[in-house]
Amino acid sequence: MTDWGFPFGRLTLDAIPLSDIVTAHGRTELLSGITGSAAAGAAVLGALVALVIVTWKGWWKPLWSDWLTSVDHKKIGIMYIVFSFVMLARALAEAFVMRMQQVVGHDGGGIVMPEHFAQLFSTHGTIMIFFMAMPFLTGMINYVMPLQIGARDVAFPVLNSVSLMLTVAGGIILMVSLVLEPFSTGGWSGYPPYTEAAFNPGAGPDYWIWAVTLSSLGTTFTGINFAVTIYKKRCPGMTLMRMPLFTWTALCTSILMIFAMPPLTIATALLALDRYLDFHLFTNGGGGNMMNYANLFWLFGHPEVYILILPAFGVWSEVFSTFSGKTLYGYTALVIATMAIAVLSFTVWVHHFFTMGQSANLNAAFGIATMLIGVPTGVKIYDWMLTMYRGRVRISVPMLYALAFLFLFTIGGLSGILLANPTIDYQTHNTLFLVAHFHNMLIPGLLFGMIAGYTMWFPKAFGFRLDEKWGYRAAWCWIFGFMGAFFPLYALGLMGMPRRMADYFTGAWLPWTVVALAGAGLIVLAFTFLLVQLRVSVRDRARLAVPVGDPWDGRSLEWGLPAPPPEWNFPALPRVEGRDAFATLKMTGEDLGPPDDGYEDIRMPKNAVLGPVIGALGTGLAFALTWYLWWLALPLAALVPVVLIAQGFRRDTEKVIPAHEVRETWRAFRALAARTPRVSRRAEYTRDNRGHAIPMPQEAAE
Amino acid sequence: MSATQTRHPGLNLGSNHQSADDRAETEVFGFWVFMMSDAILFGLLMATYVVMRPNTNGGPGPHDLFELKSIFIETMLLLASSVAIGFSHLALKHEDRPTKMVIWLVVAMALALAFVGFEIHDFLKMAGKGGVPQASGFLSAFFALVPLHGLHVSAACLWGLAILGQLARYGLDDGVKVSMVRLAVLWHFLDLVWIGIFSLVYIGGLA
Amino acid sequence: MSDETDKRREARSYLIGLGLALALTLPVFALVAWDLAPRMTILWVTAIAAVLQIAAHLRFFLHIRLKGQTREDLHLILFTTLILLLMGGGTIWLLWNLHTRMG
Ligand code: HEM
Ligand SMILES: [Cu+2]
Repeated sequence: MTDWGFPFGRLTLDAIPLSDIVTAHGRTELLSGITGSAAAGAAVLGALVALVIVTWKGWWKPLWSDWLTSVDHKKIGIMYIVFSFVMLARALAEAFVMRMQQVVGHDGGGIVMPEHFAQLFSTHGTIMIFFMAMPFLTGMINYVMPLQIGARDVAFPVLNSVSLMLTVAGGIILMVSLVLEPFSTGGWSGYPPYTEAAFNPGAGPDYWIWAVTLSSLGTTFTGINFAVTIYKKRCPGMTLMRMPLFTWTALCTSILMIFAMPPLTIATALLALDRYLDFHLFTNGGGGNMMNYANLFWLFGHPEVYILILPAFGVWSEVFSTFSGKTLYGYTALVIATMAIAVLSFTVWVHHFFTMGQSANLNAAFGIATMLIGVPTGVKIYDWMLTMYRGRVRISVPMLYALAFLFLFTIGGLSGILLANPTIDYQTHNTLFLVAHFHNMLIPGLLFGMIAGYTMWFPKAFGFRLDEKWGYRAAWCWIFGFMGAFFPLYALGLMGMPRRMADYFTGAWLPWTVVALAGAGLIVLAFTFLLVQLRVSVRDRARLAVPVGDPWDGRSLEWGLPAPPPEWNFPALPRVEGRDAFATLKMTGEDLGPPDDGYEDIRMPKNAVLGPVIGALGTGLAFALTWYLWWLALPLAALVPVVLIAQGFRRDTEKVIPAHEVRETWRAFRALAARTPRVSRRAEYTRDNRGHAIPMPQEAAE
Repeated sequence: MSATQTRHPGLNLGSNHQSADDRAETEVFGFWVFMMSDAILFGLLMATYVVMRPNTNGGPGPHDLFELKSIFIETMLLLASSVAIGFSHLALKHEDRPTKMVIWLVVAMALALAFVGFEIHDFLKMAGKGGVPQASGFLSAFFALVPLHGLHVSAACLWGLAILGQLARYGLDDGVKVSMVRLAVLWHFLDLVWIGIFSLVYIGGLA
Repeated sequence: MSDETDKRREARSYLIGLGLALALTLPVFALVAWDLAPRMTILWVTAIAAVLQIAAHLRFFLHIRLKGQTREDLHLILFTTLILLLMGGGTIWLLWNLHTRMG
């Protein structure tokens, strides 16, 4: 009869990395086992330390009621970013191990077995895309976008929390896979038939399928939530063409999320049907067609890279205009370029598999479409440069990243134009040239953008700036580390070195991989410096405090709020009369508050447990399905609709913040601003900068 | 014709339901966006089906498995159910008491459940003739697409029950009203998907 | 406009929709049931009828109009259609191309 998989399903002691040490034959197997066990140990230890600290300090209650169940977009945004930092740490460590392996494994052997190496690039890629980059940008949009459009929260606050928890659930599954091995060896793209049951019957691909599915569901909901927020929650006067550019890119990214996640959901769901129920969708035999998987995956995958890059473009736009003390050059062109990129991104997916065997004409069509995307992107680069032109450019940490971005991203873009030519792609496909190209877009483009945004908006969220000295140190390490780690890969790729290779016997490749290892080392240092910077800034928060909330002479609405802003954001919904709303308002000497009798009661959503509950169910379900614990999977799956129906019965979902409380808070803020001297941009990085800026036109006039 | 500006796509509550209509503006618009995302899901499953259609792997094909008569009955049931939910929505919009709305909703649910019943019957019959998803790429694609629609219809019925529960508990409040509008949108949307399925899969397979 | 006429107009809309749906469905089933036309003809008629029926449902059941709709709503539906065409059409183009080259 039916096997319920009680109690352990197919989970055996072999799943524990220590068993690899016990059964090891030879040096490499032993080292590989040690590496894996150390990683698992670090994960367990990290979790234990976190638990102990939270218990020790008595933080469980505030953690639960101020954070996990909170539906405040600002807190959700912060949680997203904290989560992405944790995942970044792990994925970076894995990248370093891979770089190390390609140095020490040059004559075979090395420190990780090929199977283990394959797990490393699979988790690294999956984490970087789905659990580092996506949460980072989602968190950034969550925090900033509602403030920029003058809203009190997103359109669906509870759904927002559900999205967060689904993403976290996927991340937890990835962390669990470190302790109960193995993860998939199929790369971040998980191509069948290699990931089919016939070749890979173990738990690995199943971990991957469920982790990615959880994240893609969360992202779909996020996209819907953001798009509806931007369409329906803008404050009076905030027409679409007055929105700050970051919000524009948030809108386009959300639209891409809404339409590009379904193909991924289908790809992973159909793969699951193949693996669990013996369907023949992507199998070798039985009338399956694995080429459709490549098609479906990249129908998602290409728009995905624009989901990743567009918000960073938004950050760059804000950075260039803020730190040039000048309105953005070519606003309309930038908006049109963003929209053009969003639409074009649905027309190029075939360039990821030019070599699959379709006709040259078809490839040519997609090659041309790909090159076309370079045009709007080029327009953007020029707009940013012209924003600096004749501005009062101030070098700051975000600006340093931005300048590096301009150069490095252009190089990456040019290598992309090369790859867009199918005949060239036939030579470079699946080589490290490609790996160099996409890291060249993702690190200077996306990651630098996110770090620049983090540096710029951190004082808004926490009330103090990040220490500049450590910021510069980290930035220089990121920039040179990136160049060291990835420029050699262009050469290696042209020399024919394939991607995803654990060991090789071509001596000529070795020097380049050594340089790349050194670059990766610098990057690890850069990340460490970011942590040091955080530590130092928290310690010196009195020196760095900017309570008035406008440390950079900002231009959009969020800079008019106290740092950190109150839960309800705006004391009264602002009325906007043009672009750069706060820059204009500042010149009049007024603030965002209403006249003294203009305060009203504010209705805010109450905390909700739905998010954490769905997150827990998702984690449990994914784990049970991966290890065939049917006895657990079934009740958990049945609970999902029950929980959703129960949510439908919730009525008391709002709380009221009385007008007098709002008035008191805002009055206190006004008083604080009144007694805080305004500072000029010359004093931007001194302790005089308490977040009360002299507007640039006034400073220039002096 | 009425040229009054609607506040979100399609079915509206209208100005008689001021506060619910305010909520509907965001909630129903959001639901539409969700439906559009779902439409991509179904669209790609249909494209996959088209691609896999020739891969019968020596197993049974459409002519061996599909029965026009029961597809016809299913189509009519779902269409009638769509009209019924429409009348339920009208009752919600124009009547003060929920009686008529409930009656039409129950009718719509009954018709939809009959649809699901017929569909399950079809699947079982197919299985009897060797038409199981494991048999071929064609059948895998079929079973990835068509039952997903049936599952959506069943979920919509469950949601209908939940709304009736809320109605019993809280009366015709804003929450119930807005949920009803969304349910109606879902119901009509599922009928749209069915048009695609019966044309592409069944008529296309049997022609 | 009074509520009563509104109500009657809307009820009529559903009935018109039902009529159109039947008019577009029944002939298609009839063509197949009694094999009244060559295969390709049936397929074309079905495709056209399906598109028309979807339009009819959108118009008469879901009350989507070209006028009186806020702009973003129409954008949403048109954009979805565009993406469906790109993705669905692209999938079939690509995989059909591959299919023919493997024969
Ligand atoms: C910051 C330092 C980073 C280093 C040193 C690094 C290093 C590597 C290495 C060594 C590989 C394997 C290459 C191979 O196949 O031989 C790889 C793959 C990959 N990396 Fe990174 N990476 C870094 C950052 C990132 C970031 C920020 C992202 C994305 C946001 C990213 C996304 C990926 C992806 C998608 C793959 C492909 C995985 C696969 O083959 O399936 N990486 N990276
Ligand atoms: Cu691409």
